[in-house]
Amino acid sequence: MAHDNPTGWRRWVYSTNHKDIGVMYLWFAFFAGLIGFAMSGLMRMELEHPGVQFLPEFLGITEDHARHMFNVLTTGHGLIMVFFMVMPALIGGFGNYFVPLMIGAPDMAFPRMNNVSFWLMPPAFILLLLSTVVEGAPGMNGFGGGWTAYAPLSTSGHPGPSMDLAIFSLHVAGASSIMGAINYITTIFNMRAPGMTLHKMPLFSWSILITAFLLVLSLPVLAGAITMLLTDRNFGTTFFDPAGGGDPILFQHLFWFFGHPEVYIMILPAFGIVSHIVSTFSRKPVFGYLGMAYAMAAIGFIGFVVWAHHMYTVGLDVDTKAYFVAATMVIAVPTGVKIFSWIATMWGGSIRFEVPMMYAIAFILLFTVGGVTGVVLSNAGADIVLHDTYYVVAHFHYVLSLGAVFAIFAGLYYWVGKMSGKQYPNLLAHIQFWITFIGVNLIFFPQHFLGLQGMPRRYVDYTDAHAYWNWVSTLGYKVTAVGVLLFIVVMAMTLFKKKKDCADNPWGEGATTLEWTLSSPPPFHQFNELPKIK
Amino acid sequence: MTAAAANKNTRVAMMVCLLVVGMVGLSYAAVPLYNLFCKVTGYGGTTQVAEVASGAVIDREMDVRFNASVHRDMPWDFKPVQVHQTLKIGEQGIAHYEAYNPTGQTIVGTATYNVTPHKAGEYFAKIDCFCFTEQELKPGERVDMPVVYFIDPLIAEDPNLDDVSEVTLSYTFFVMEDETARVRAEQGR
Repeated sequence: MAHDNPTGWRRWVYSTNHKDIGVMYLWFAFFAGLIGFAMSGLMRMELEHPGVQFLPEFLGITEDHARHMFNVLTTGHGLIMVFFMVMPALIGGFGNYFVPLMIGAPDMAFPRMNNVSFWLMPPAFILLLLSTVVEGAPGMNGFGGGWTAYAPLSTSGHPGPSMDLAIFSLHVAGASSIMGAINYITTIFNMRAPGMTLHKMPLFSWSILITAFLLVLSLPVLAGAITMLLTDRNFGTTFFDPAGGGDPILFQHLFWFFGHPEVYIMILPAFGIVSHIVSTFSRKPVFGYLGMAYAMAAIGFIGFVVWAHHMYTVGLDVDTKAYFVAATMVIAVPTGVKIFSWIATMWGGSIRFEVPMMYAIAFILLFTVGGVTGVVLSNAGADIVLHDTYYVVAHFHYVLSLGAVFAIFAGLYYWVGKMSGKQYPNLLAHIQFWITFIGVNLIFFPQHFLGLQGMPRRYVDYTDAHAYWNWVSTLGYKVTAVGVLLFIVVMAMTLFKKKKDCADNPWGEGATTLEWTLSSPPPFHQFNELPKIK
Repeated sequence: MTAAAANKNTRVAMMVCLLVVGMVGLSYAAVPLYNLFCKVTGYGGTTQVAEVASGAVIDREMDVRFNASVHRDMPWDFKPVQVHQTLKIGEQGIAHYEAYNPTGQTIVGTATYNVTPHKAGEYFAKIDCFCFTEQELKPGERVDMPVVYFIDPLIAEDPNLDDVSEVTLSYTFFVMEDETARVRAEQGR
């Protein structure tokens, strides 16, 4: 078969090559992540001291506008980090680049659809950014109703076009993700190399397969719910308006039927990456491979039947709450299987503390902290007190910001040599890890205390009683910012190297998956002769 | 890629597309299903509708409190005539609300309702209520709005409601924009 090797801008804009598309996803996630990170910086600077002073001064706006701007920032930060940073990096980026390599396929099943998937993301992102600069709440710019966009604040509360733009943005991003999911499912089902049964498939491919199914089953529900918001806002329907027989609580049910699987969509690929790294740097196969795969399937399945634990305060009756408490706690079982299997993989292994391994171990530690606070929050009784406080903020940042994001860092350090052919500067990368590790813990650990003291989330101001730990949290942000800058330096030093210095398999005998059998970087078209798996 | 492999890929992709379409359909199906679910189970304090009172009266009292409110776009003055009523469970009660239209224009309104605690919704039955139909108030008109109701004696068999000795029946009146416009157009003719 003759294959084209396009060059210049055509190589990227017209790209149907899974590796090039994966790389574009990673760059996209990087830039979106910087914007999301800057937004959280504005919020943390505002929250450094009690009172509303930083935002009015920094942005030159009135205090009232600053209060609304803070809400716009929480909304933008949440949406960007979920839809335009974590998902493109883990699923679009690593998924595209490594799933075909790991299963021994020449490319994705539908390369042109893959191109469409990627190129829908920048317009979606632009729509979201536009929504922050057009009128939302009366007389103010941007949508400030949180990433959850609960009605009626998202319907009658924001009459301006800002919310409509945000809805379109999610529609486009959702279409992109669904096309991606169709591509992954088809690729993994049909294009595995001869001899690679599902039960021999690497765990990262397993994680992407399960994630793709979660996307296919949950994103259409979000699309339906926000379409109802759109028609409620513009075309006189009353899905969520009691005046016409609707119910705003229905929006919460629909949103969280999507929203809870969504958090597993963000963390399952992270599980996959961490499994590979822990195994590689312990020089042992992963402990309990089948258990690991089916634990992810179990987490994905249970993820669909626990959504109302986000809604304990809406007046569910006691039996319903009891069910959701029990079902939610059950998730701790397959999650525990994964945590203990990672530890058992390390146990007795010949461990090397390379940077990816440092990030993976930190992931296991911090994800477990977030998991434990999750079990606390799963109790309806405790949740009534902690609902919408900083305790919840600390919980989901420990599993996502310190969990999923650490897995992205781990994956980048693990695979950057494979993707670029150039290895990162080791000492500087270790320093980058430690600064980031200390910084993020300084940000989020004190937020547990703030939450237990009753500080509500999404508030621009707080009482003097919360001043100290807020100051510490903002200090942590500054440390993390140094870590992020250093990350940019480390990656620049790696990518601007003149010489390709990364071996085909720089990690030695522990790295057993197929991508390490190829050159670094892999050839533009690989596996024209399909590898045989014994 | 061979033609056979391409066909196989298309088949898998079509099946996944069907799943996507099905889930979009389910999200819309959730709307009527949710309403039905609320009516059947009394979820969210949705009250029940009955033809006649149960007949059986048991020796347990319930204090029923009455609450009235209006949507911010609704200019009516709407309030309960009595603050509360105490009656035996199973006994038929009648309560009155009063609505007054202080504006110079006809307004059509409809009321949403529930009871708190929400878990009591399943046992709060209305035989007749102004909330069953839309209400039309002419300029300056004042009307009496009765509610005929009873507490279902089955409440005694539900241990989750053993602690309930007081329920609040609550109404909120909304303007029906389209109906109001239609009625005003007819009057103008």
